[in-house]
Order: sequence, then structure tokens, then C-alpha cells
Amino acid sequence: MRSGDFKASYAEDIRILQTGFIKVCIGLFILSLIIYVLIADKYFIYLINLAAIATIGSLGLNLLTGFTGQISIGHAGFLAIGAYSSAILTSKCGFPFFLALPVAGAITTFAGLLVGIPSLRLKGLYLAITTFAFGFIVEHVANTWDSLTEGSQGMVVPPVEILGLNFDTDRGFFFIVFPVTAFAIIFARNLIRSKPGRAWIAIRDQDIAAQTIGVNLLWYKLSSFAVSSFYAGIAGALFAHYLMYISPGHFELLVSVQYLAMIIVGGLGSVLGSVFGAIFMILLPEVLKFLPDLLRGSCPVIVERFADINLILYGLIIILFILKEPKGLYGIWTDIKVYWRNWPYTY
Amino acid sequence: MASEGLTDFFQLCLSGFAVGCIYAIVALGFVIIYKATDVFNFAQGELMTLGAFICYLFIVQLHIPVIWAFLLTFVTTALIGMIIEEIFLRPMVGEPIFSVIMITVGLSVLLKGIIGLSWGYMIKKFPDFVSENPLSLAGIVISPLHLITIIVTAILIVVFAVFFKFSKIGIAMRAVASDQDASLLMGISVRKMFGLSWSISAVVACIGGILLSSITILHPSSSFVGIKVFPAVVLGGMDSIVGAILGGIIIGLVENIAGGYIDPIVGGGVKEITAFVVLLAILMIRPYGLFGKEEIERV
Repeated sequence: MRSGDFKASYAEDIRILQTGFIKVCIGLFILSLIIYVLIADKYFIYLINLAAIATIGSLGLNLLTGFTGQISIGHAGFLAIGAYSSAILTSKCGFPFFLALPVAGAITTFAGLLVGIPSLRLKGLYLAITTFAFGFIVEHVANTWDSLTEGSQGMVVPPVEILGLNFDTDRGFFFIVFPVTAFAIIFARNLIRSKPGRAWIAIRDQDIAAQTIGVNLLWYKLSSFAVSSFYAGIAGALFAHYLMYISPGHFELLVSVQYLAMIIVGGLGSVLGSVFGAIFMILLPEVLKFLPDLLRGSCPVIVERFADINLILYGLIIILFILKEPKGLYGIWTDIKVYWRNWPYTY
Repeated sequence: MASEGLTDFFQLCLSGFAVGCIYAIVALGFVIIYKATDVFNFAQGELMTLGAFICYLFIVQLHIPVIWAFLLTFVTTALIGMIIEEIFLRPMVGEPIFSVIMITVGLSVLLKGIIGLSWGYMIKKFPDFVSENPLSLAGIVISPLHLITIIVTAILIVVFAVFFKFSKIGIAMRAVASDQDASLLMGISVRKMFGLSWSISAVVACIGGILLSSITILHPSSSFVGIKVFPAVVLGGMDSIVGAILGGIIIGLVENIAGGYIDPIVGGGVKEITAFVVLLAILMIRPYGLFGKEEIERV
């Protein structure tokens, strides 16, 4: 039994995989996930893929909002820019997927920098309103710029194709999205434990104090926006190529709220929390869909008014987590871990 | 030809003014909450739509006489506002701004769901309170509903001016807005004032909602106007009642004029977005608005 965390050096303290036990656990998890995908039903792979894409997006939002403390209520705007850039590049300009993906990310990064500039002057509420307006404007442009985005009827996106191999099935797509997501998680984890991450956290906690100890606010606020929007752009592009169809309706205000719900539910300022939150928010509506079956059809309301009940649930979950469990699922997870580690000598 | 152009311009101004009055009313609701409790309420649009739907429930679905229906609506929305403050916002006093914003965002989604669940998405219409024949004055046409909107706004402004200037409660609310600790020491119940400002704001929003849905239609998506009021609030300054009203009217005018003159050139879509472009511009140049307190620290 471990009696506590004893670290002899700083490098040991910031190591990603702290113990051999965790290494084995994560290895087993990845192995079982891959085996599961090879045998599982299409529907479940679909959910895993959606959760993986959402993980990338929520990681981005968490880097910006959870770690740097810059509120963004327009994240769907970044997703939309990434999705539409990649879709237009592949379908209209003939880019191959593996080139279109980073380019879409780069375009979104540029948009993120543009939105980030006001953040140098504005914070808190004013920044929230700015990003909110940004998300709204992007959705509106996607709706009206018919010649580029084909407006509200949406546009068809070609499936992922690399070196002549087609990844248009759910199972095939998993092997595209999984490495990207894994890389995104590791990259975020590394950012956080190195200089930029520490600077971001300092800005979140007290920006004036951060500046006093030599954190360049201009550079770190903008870089946070850049990284965050790059993540969102990649998530949006993957989403577009996965569904093979996008319309402005995929990027409405509610999507921004959904992503915010992910990081709140998962845990603000936690990489693992973003993963938890993304999985939770993707699974929630699906579980809700199964409820009527469990109740033997005695609840027709749930089926008929599914969208509204979904909305109510989103709202309630956001409010309840903020009021009752502000640390989110990650907080619950660490509490449980601590409890078991010390059991039975809890104090 | 020139005078025709001028008449068109006045026409655009007038209808923009009427729409701006509705923005002004909703913006007033925003400012009352923000001033008193420091909460920027992202759910104001939903509060507005909910009020309109409750009024619809009393008038059309329950066939209550119009006057009583209005009174009942105001009482109900006031209670709803108070309950929302008590349950959701009271525990958030002193919490970081992100949590407070997210509570109201969650609230807006929640209310949206409740409205959709209760009334569905069929387009509804209020019965006509007044005749629909447009009045004409020197070549400029105005619909009676627009006229009523303008009059109601004027009345509301006067009522609030008197309320905040002379009534005991109004003065207490101003005291709370200016210094919570000092007003506690003076024997003002800050909790009651918080609840009261939410209920006043809910009633104001409800009046805006009823006016808006009489002019256009009643639909859950009307709550979108709540979003369009952000620019008005920011333009006027978030803690200024005069600013809210002027900001609302300016945004209504700008939006309508831009829609009337630029839309035909670029083929539509400008009207909806003008307000937000204005918003971004204000935030870049003068984030505290025309009349707001200048307290943004630049880093």
C-alpha cells in the first residue's frame, strides 16, 4: 500500500505517467479499446468517434477557459471555421485530407488570433460577450454566404482518404481519430506542465500579478487563443469528414453551450476532466434515448419532445455542477482515488 | 425624387425606432439586474419569451379577460424572477464571474427547453388588441402597434424614472447598487432588493415580450431578441438605465437603416448582423459604453 506521494525531484513530480501501475493501466485501456472497436457494433464505434472528436474540442476550450481563464461562449464558431475550411479545401480545391486537416487548423488559429486581440483589453464579462458575438457572426456568415458554404442546406464533405485507402466506415475512421485525439491529449498535458501552461495558469489566477513576475500577457493570452482555436479547428474538420455533411445548424449557439458544459462537467483546468466531460456529454443524450425502452414505452413524452428534454437536461446539468460540484467529474474522480488510497484509514 | 428618398428614410427610421423601443425595454431589464446584483443575465431573452407565453396562456388558452390576464401575467413573472434569483443566483454571490455567467447560460438553455416542452414550436399569434389599419401622417405610415410600443416605452421610462427617484424601494435599490455594505448598515435588506430587482426585470422583460410578439409572432425562437439586446446594453453602458434605453433605440435605428440600404446591395443578411458588428466595434473602442462607469482595468 502506498502511504503517500514521495517525490525526490521536480522532474519526478511533473511526470505524466506517475507510476508503473498507471502505465500498465493506460496500456491495457488502449489495448482493450482497440480490441473493442474491432468487434463492437457500428453504433458504439460511432459514439466513441464522436466522443473522441468532442474530446479534442473540449481540450481546446479547457486550455483557453479552464487554464487561461479567458471565457469563450463562441467556441462553435471555431469548430465551424475548421469544419468549413477543411470541407471547402477538400471538395472545391482538391486538397488531400492529410494536408487539409492542418491547413484548416491553421486557418482557425488565425481566426482565434483575431478574436484573441480584444482579449488584451477586455476580460471576464466583456470577453464573454465578444466571443458570443463572434460565434453568432460565424454561424450567420455560414448561413448566408451561399457561394462558399452552400448556405442553410449544408454541404457534402468527401470522406477521409489517405494514400488511396478509404476511411469512410465508422471502424476505419476510429483509426484516424484515435491517434489524433491521443496526440492532442499528450500535447495538452505537456503544454500544461511546461512554461506556457504555468504562464496561462498564472494569468487565470491573477493577471496583474502574472505580469509583475514577468509573464508576457500579450504573447501568452494570444498563444492560448491560438492553441485553443487550433484544437477546435481540428475537431471541426474531423467532425465534417466523419459526418460527410455539415450545415450551419451543426454549429449553432447550443453547441458552444454544450462544449462549455463538457468542461464544467469534466472539471475546469484539468486535461483528464475534458476527456471525462466530452464522454459524459456525448453519452448523455444517447442514454436518454434508451430510457423510454427501459420504461416499456410508458413515457411517450420523452420520444416526442426529445430535443426539449435534452435542452432542459443540459441546463440543469450545467447549473447543478456549478452549484454542487464545481470541480466536476475530475474532482469526484480524485476524491474517490484519495478515498481508496487511504482506505480504511480515512481521515 | 429627393423627397421620396427622404420619406423612405423617415419610414425606415420610424419602424427602426419602434423596434428599438422593444430593445430598449428588454435592455432595461438587463440593466436593472446588472446594476443591482452584478449579474449579466444571458437568460433575459428566454425570460422575455416565457413572459409572453404566460400571457398567451392566460388570454388565449384560459380565456381570462385581457386586463386581469395582464395583471396575472405580471404577478406570475415577478414570482418566477424572484424564485430564479432565490434558487440559482443567491448561492453564487461572490463566486467567480465565469460561474455566474455559466449559471445564466445554463438557465437560458433550461428555460428554452421548458418553453419548447410546454408550448411547442407552432407559430402562435396574439389576438389583435388594436386595429391593424396603419395610420398615415404626411406620407409616413405607422402601424398602431408600433405606436403603442413607442407609447408604452415612454410610459415605462417615466414610471422607472419616478420609481428610482422618489419611491422608498427605488432609492433602496439604488443604494444597494451603489454600495452593498453601506446599504446593509442603513437597514436595507440586500437579499430582498436582489429578489425584487429580478422580479422587476422579469416583468419588464415580459412587457417587451408581449409587445414583440404582438408586432411579429409568438415562437420560442423570439428569445433570440434577448441576444440582439446585448449590443444595446453594451453600447449604452451596462449599469446605466438611460444608456440602456438610448442604446436600444440606436441599435434598432442602425439595424433598420443598414438593412434598408445595404441589404439590397449585397443581397440580404446584413440586418441581422449589424448589431453585432456594432457590438464588436464598441467593445474595441469604448468597452464601458456611452454612459457606463469606466472601471475596466487595462493590463
